[in-house]
Amino acid sequence: MAKMNLLQAINNALVTVMEQDKQAMVFGEDVGHFGGVFRATSNLQEKFGKSRCFNTPLTEQGIIGFANGLAAQGSTAIAEIQFADYIFPAFDQIVNETAKFRYRSGGQFSCGTLTIRTPYGGGIAGGLYHSQSPEAFFAHCPGLKIVVPRNPYQAKGLLLAAIRDNNPVLFMEPKRLYRASVSEVPEEDYELPLGKADVVQEGTDITLLGWGAQIEILQQAAEMALEDGISCEIVDLRSISPWDAQTVAESVMKTGRLLINHEAPLTGGFASEIAATIQDKCFLYLEAPVARVCGLDTPYPLAHEKEYMPDQYKTYEAIKRTLKY
Amino acid sequence: MQDRNHLARVTTTHQVHIIENGLIDIPMLQVLKPDGTLHEQAEEPEITQEVACKIYDTMEYIRILDERMIGAQRQGRISFYLASTGEEAAAVGSAAALQPQDMIMSQYREQGALAYRGYTTAQFMNQMFSNEKDPNKGRQMPIHYGDKALNFMTISSPLGTQIPQAAGYAYGQKMAGLDAVTICYFGEGAASEGDFHAGLNMAAVLHCPAIFFCRNNGYAISTPAEEQFAGDGIASRGLGYGVKTIRVDGNDPLAVYAATLKARELALSERCPILIEAMTYRLAAHSTSDDPTGYRSRDEEDKWRLKDPIQRMAKWLQHKGWFDEAANKALIDESRQAVLSALKEAEKIPVNPIDDMVTDVYDKVPPHLQYQMNELKAHIEKYPQAYPKTAGRNK
Repeated sequence: MAKMNLLQAINNALVTVMEQDKQAMVFGEDVGHFGGVFRATSNLQEKFGKSRCFNTPLTEQGIIGFANGLAAQGSTAIAEIQFADYIFPAFDQIVNETAKFRYRSGGQFSCGTLTIRTPYGGGIAGGLYHSQSPEAFFAHCPGLKIVVPRNPYQAKGLLLAAIRDNNPVLFMEPKRLYRASVSEVPEEDYELPLGKADVVQEGTDITLLGWGAQIEILQQAAEMALEDGISCEIVDLRSISPWDAQTVAESVMKTGRLLINHEAPLTGGFASEIAATIQDKCFLYLEAPVARVCGLDTPYPLAHEKEYMPDQYKTYEAIKRTLKY
Repeated sequence: MQDRNHLARVTTTHQVHIIENGLIDIPMLQVLKPDGTLHEQAEEPEITQEVACKIYDTMEYIRILDERMIGAQRQGRISFYLASTGEEAAAVGSAAALQPQDMIMSQYREQGALAYRGYTTAQFMNQMFSNEKDPNKGRQMPIHYGDKALNFMTISSPLGTQIPQAAGYAYGQKMAGLDAVTICYFGEGAASEGDFHAGLNMAAVLHCPAIFFCRNNGYAISTPAEEQFAGDGIASRGLGYGVKTIRVDGNDPLAVYAATLKARELALSERCPILIEAMTYRLAAHSTSDDPTGYRSRDEEDKWRLKDPIQRMAKWLQHKGWFDEAANKALIDESRQAVLSALKEAEKIPVNPIDDMVTDVYDKVPPHLQYQMNELKAHIEKYPQAYPKTAGRNK
């Protein structure tokens, strides 16, 4: 075990893979000698050479197009998109190519060995274009897996599983936690399951569901609620697609209440999908409507970042409202 | 840390001197004259009788296939078709210069390259009738072929997406130490997509052994080339990316063959991309959903009919003494028969079972998809008359 922050855990996972898998390549803007703008790929070029860890030109559609071809060829392609806000030039390559490669070829070809890493989320004074959480756009696209870790331990185990999974994975890293979150991380190889939610804290009165950096927020809100005698169960979804409806439903059947928290705007956010599914699976168990604590339906603001964020206070208020319903 | 100087190749001037397009001449390689003889200064490429005849036979075969399938579409037997009439030499001549281990990433008008690789008439038909013998499981519109055994990447409809993919595929081939390149076909219209810029730039910077083969056939559906770009075709862009470039007469099978042979050699020996711009003409409609009489004249088409690559190749083969009139006639008759009987056969083969609707989305069918499939099957059972293709086979 070693103490690592989330960036070090990511870096450690990449080193683990590149040592074992000679066909593994890491590429993207500034990921080479410089080690990436957040330093997630530090020293990879020195360790594994310029042909396996390299800078690309500044073209997100090019990076993912290239990655699709490289993965289809059989190599392990690990592409970085510097900020999730800049993934949209690659939207066509991801939605029409990455995600459909296997289906359209009847399984003859696939991008199963592709992993796209990208930092997402707000809370770093990044304004409109360094703060977005675009998971819901991609959750609407069959053929992709979407994974979000909440801490360094989760990040290493989930990233190793994502890279080795035989499906293309969009791996979204909560950049607010890159240096903020430090935890014990095994130095050896380990994987955490994709498509499985994780019950972070058991409780009896309400289920708080989130992912990534918002799990911390849910924990803080749960502590506030505990002082009022409210027992919260906290579930980290971990995989947005395919998502673990069963674990969430089991929790909701136990607590009778569900609150979903995400940074992305409310309308069309992934909480909508979860709410629809849970009311279908748990209708007669629900004591109150499913609460959504999300970003506002605005572009991500700068000066009003604090006001925009679905923080612990908004979450705490929603918990009380749901309990009183 | 190394010192860099991004002005190292920059020269200086002291006059305001604006560079104009057209100052760099990009000539078009032409080997054969329309009468099938060689241009005086042209060198005949090294080509065996076997390869030459196979190029010719494949072009003839594709012309027949195209004619028959347009007919089949008009009869309502398939939903869609896309012919390559007049452009056969571009696809076939280039494919002939490759090796079987080279990956082909095509757009959608390169059936000639696929036929040259050995795709059978039955395989063409199974794809077009989206039946259960198509390895792509009947999931895409007609003409979206793909065959892993022949190193022919399954075609996708979005234009130009294969261009950066070819760079990545070729990079993987290079890293694996393979004696193989990737060829990537696209039209001059697709070259307006951002993926063209992204792909060529990445291939150049990352030294990918890829051949980018542009069929400049003058039209993107109805949009003529002069409304597509203002520069000197597509070739001029290659130079801007630092990509070795050649322009060829796309209706001259020998010129296409010679250029692609050289491109492959350079791609492998120098580990670099090559751009080939083949100047040709889309004598066919864009697809069976298109009618060119609305945007171009009969006279214009007739001028290009005189440049027919098949006629040109036939005349050259005759000069070489490699053309067997009787054998050729027999081949044409056989091909027509083969297409017709394969067509009749393929339309009788059922589509894939309904379960294949949810396979290959992921490597394994996830529970939520299995749940959706079970619900769908129960629904079909209730209304079998509404789903005749699958109801009878539903278990």
